[in-house]
Amino acid sequence: MLATDRHRQALLIAAFAAAYGLLAAFVGHSYYLLILTVVPVWAVMGLAWNLLSGYSGFVSFGHAAFFGLGAYFVALTQIHWGLSPWLGIPCAALVGALAGLVVGIPTFRLRGHYFALAMLAYPLALLYVFEWLGYQELALPMQREHAFAYMQFEDHRIYVALALALMIGAMLLTGLIERSRFGMSLVAIREDEAAAEAAGIRTLAWKLKAITLSGALAGAAGGFYAVVLLVVTPPAVFGMLVSAQALIVAMFGGVGTLWGPVIGAVVLVPLSELLQAQLGNVFPGIQGVVYGVAIVAVILLAPEGVFWKVRDITRRRAPTPRASVQAYADSAAFPARKPDSEGVVAFEVRNVSKSFGGLKAVRGVSIRVMRGEILGIIGPNGAGKTTLFNLLNGFIRPDQGEILLEGKDIVGRRPYQICAAGVGRTFQVVRPFRRMSVLENVVVGAYVNAATDEQARAVAQEALIQVGLQGEAQQLAGALSNKQLRLLEIARALAGKPKLLMLDETLAGLGAGEVEEVIAVVRKLAAQGITIVIIEHTMQAMVRLVDRFVVLNEGALLAEGLPQDITRDTAVIDAYLGKRWRVANA
Amino acid sequence: MVTLSQLLENFLQALIAGLLTGSIYGLMCVGLSVIFGVMRVINFAHGDFMMLGMYVAYYAFGLLGVHAIFGGMAGPYVAALIAGPVIFLVGVLVHRLLISKVTGMRGSALQSEGHYAQLILTLGLALILQNGGLYLFGSTPVSIATPLASNAWAVGPLYGDRIELFVNQGQTVGALIAVAVVLAFVMVMNRSRMGKSLRAAADNPEAATYMGIDVAKSHRLAFGFGVGITAIGGGLLASGTSFQPYVGLEYVIVMYAGVVLGGLGSVSGAFFGGLTIGLVQQLSTLFLPNQLQNTAIFVVFLFIVLLRPQGLFGTAMRRT
Repeated sequence: MLATDRHRQALLIAAFAAAYGLLAAFVGHSYYLLILTVVPVWAVMGLAWNLLSGYSGFVSFGHAAFFGLGAYFVALTQIHWGLSPWLGIPCAALVGALAGLVVGIPTFRLRGHYFALAMLAYPLALLYVFEWLGYQELALPMQREHAFAYMQFEDHRIYVALALALMIGAMLLTGLIERSRFGMSLVAIREDEAAAEAAGIRTLAWKLKAITLSGALAGAAGGFYAVVLLVVTPPAVFGMLVSAQALIVAMFGGVGTLWGPVIGAVVLVPLSELLQAQLGNVFPGIQGVVYGVAIVAVILLAPEGVFWKVRDITRRRAPTPRASVQAYADSAAFPARKPDSEGVVAFEVRNVSKSFGGLKAVRGVSIRVMRGEILGIIGPNGAGKTTLFNLLNGFIRPDQGEILLEGKDIVGRRPYQICAAGVGRTFQVVRPFRRMSVLENVVVGAYVNAATDEQARAVAQEALIQVGLQGEAQQLAGALSNKQLRLLEIARALAGKPKLLMLDETLAGLGAGEVEEVIAVVRKLAAQGITIVIIEHTMQAMVRLVDRFVVLNEGALLAEGLPQDITRDTAVIDAYLGKRWRVANA
Repeated sequence: MVTLSQLLENFLQALIAGLLTGSIYGLMCVGLSVIFGVMRVINFAHGDFMMLGMYVAYYAFGLLGVHAIFGGMAGPYVAALIAGPVIFLVGVLVHRLLISKVTGMRGSALQSEGHYAQLILTLGLALILQNGGLYLFGSTPVSIATPLASNAWAVGPLYGDRIELFVNQGQTVGALIAVAVVLAFVMVMNRSRMGKSLRAAADNPEAATYMGIDVAKSHRLAFGFGVGITAIGGGLLASGTSFQPYVGLEYVIVMYAGVVLGGLGSVSGAFFGGLTIGLVQQLSTLFLPNQLQNTAIFVVFLFIVLLRPQGLFGTAMRRT
């Protein structure tokens, strides 16, 4: 099915390009040809923006930085070194890529608003630097002798063809990324970055790749733009409108799809250009107003963009008949290991402490988990249970102590590394990737230990079967019930083939019957040899599930032992119910 | 020795200029910070509301006869103060028609998209205001002419005749008015019933609703106050510098730098943040060419967000 999807997409792109080329062939007027040339340029800018911001959710207000650097690179190298744009534009893409990397490394420390604002500062700072350098207006020298070598064509239709080629390249690249582990990882980051990292996604690496490629596309677009317009000025290439236009064509057309930016550019660029040409004298800022009104209208009427809106209307949310999950007879993905337990330590925590300011959330906790065991960690609210999990999977770093996975210290490793080493987890408050399908959620979790995307898919389907969600594979995760979400999180963690599975209050908020279902799944996994640590603050269901209990209270280890002993332990009862309760009921 | 006293003179001169412009920046930052503090909205169009304020002051001074009534000395300041309520009304209207559609309770329904929707909506608004302004006001830079702007008090000679400083009268009066407006606003926020409901709505919109506070109205007021206060700042700047419809863009980063520096959401922090940015801008002229003044601010801004996003004066604030 993937192959046919890909073919259909390629066909659509080819058909679009052919129609566009045909249109250009019959247009003689050079002004209209110029418009036909800049439409694909802005489509590429929109695609560049979309590649980073549309998929990963990190909104950039600064794509003008890459565009402007590309434009100035092509202009300056041609003026000073006589470099041909045929070489200059690919180099401009490299410059844009490098700029993306340089910008990304510090800026990805930021999230949300801060990221957007910081991105805004880059092109504006560059704008003043280029003005100060004396490049207020660079004109590309005319090369009548070597017109072809310098991309200076008499026939302006060639520019349209080149722009189109650039755009097709960007579309194919986007299509390739969209379907691969790259695109899925970016979307997972957009949906929930921490959950993605815990599921084994190397978030920073993917984001840097995205901004590098995005910068490359924007740099190439800028370089080509310089060749087409022959004049480069700082406001024209670093100005606010450049960044805004990239964002607006993408948002208008549809975020997170390769057609969105193209639709946006095809509609908005000619509209604003023609209005500018007709009314520019009377209404000088009309171009900006068009973009402003377009984006305001989109946000109010179709926040996800025209593409998705139209698709929703035409399909009326008809369930997409994609491939259903078949049961894989071959269960090699999860070899059934008998708990060969006795005596083999799977996981060990030694004297781990963590404080937040003055609050000692975890103090001096030491726990051993045997291979194949189901260990229950219980304790009242605020006992430090979730903090302990966050320490174990690398979300936070302990102030002291060691955490050993099969004898190796994993303190200081990133969550995705710990996931790759064989630790899977779920969250107290479920964190699915809401706008991805159930299967896609689990596929994301499978990447960490899958060599190919096909293998990841197979493992994910297997994991869904394990938890009994194969029937819901194509549903959006956001539409699931609480129990299904809990199972989905287990499946997602399971797909990474963990040796140790940490379940954070997986039973919370479930009805009695549902608890039994989830417990059955957990038991089945344990029977396959996966070591399980499960947090709860109620004991009832846990007594029948776990092999052993660890009780935390106020961040410290209170008691440890078999279920029957723990339920009678006076210290535990005091921690939960208070001493007076015990004395009164004695 | 001559060079040393020269350096000292330049430094002190830049320091004075920094404090004076910084006070006005501080006022502008307070406006932006009110909006963020109460509504959690990053208002991208804030610089453009400031631009509107500058033009309101400009036209009030010239066409509406403020000049004729109050004269060239007091007139520009009266005009700046008129810009406040006018832009307050504009802000209330814009909030009612547009911003409220994607903020507050409706914004939270949109979940994570909510704040991007706001950010991008205000970006669209910024484009409309800038370019609409080009149509309405033209692209020729203008400024409000006041004799004070070109008069200065001479301080000194100090340090045995070697140092003489000049304090621009127009800027000084502007800075004093800015400080007065900030103090008045802080009083209103802390003492009045309205201020308290604004702060309650900021702290916990849901709980505030249960307490009978009209959160939507609080947001509307906050947005109006935010842009109105910044418009006064713009109006005060309008007599010293020339401006055109795109001027907002230059100041939006200045304002965000100040607000982030002061800790997003803190009103008094925003004032001192703005003051610091004014100082940075003026002191940077000592060793950087004039054209790179704004680049210096952007670089400082980047350093602030990268190294201390909670601000220099603010403490880390988390909302879950």
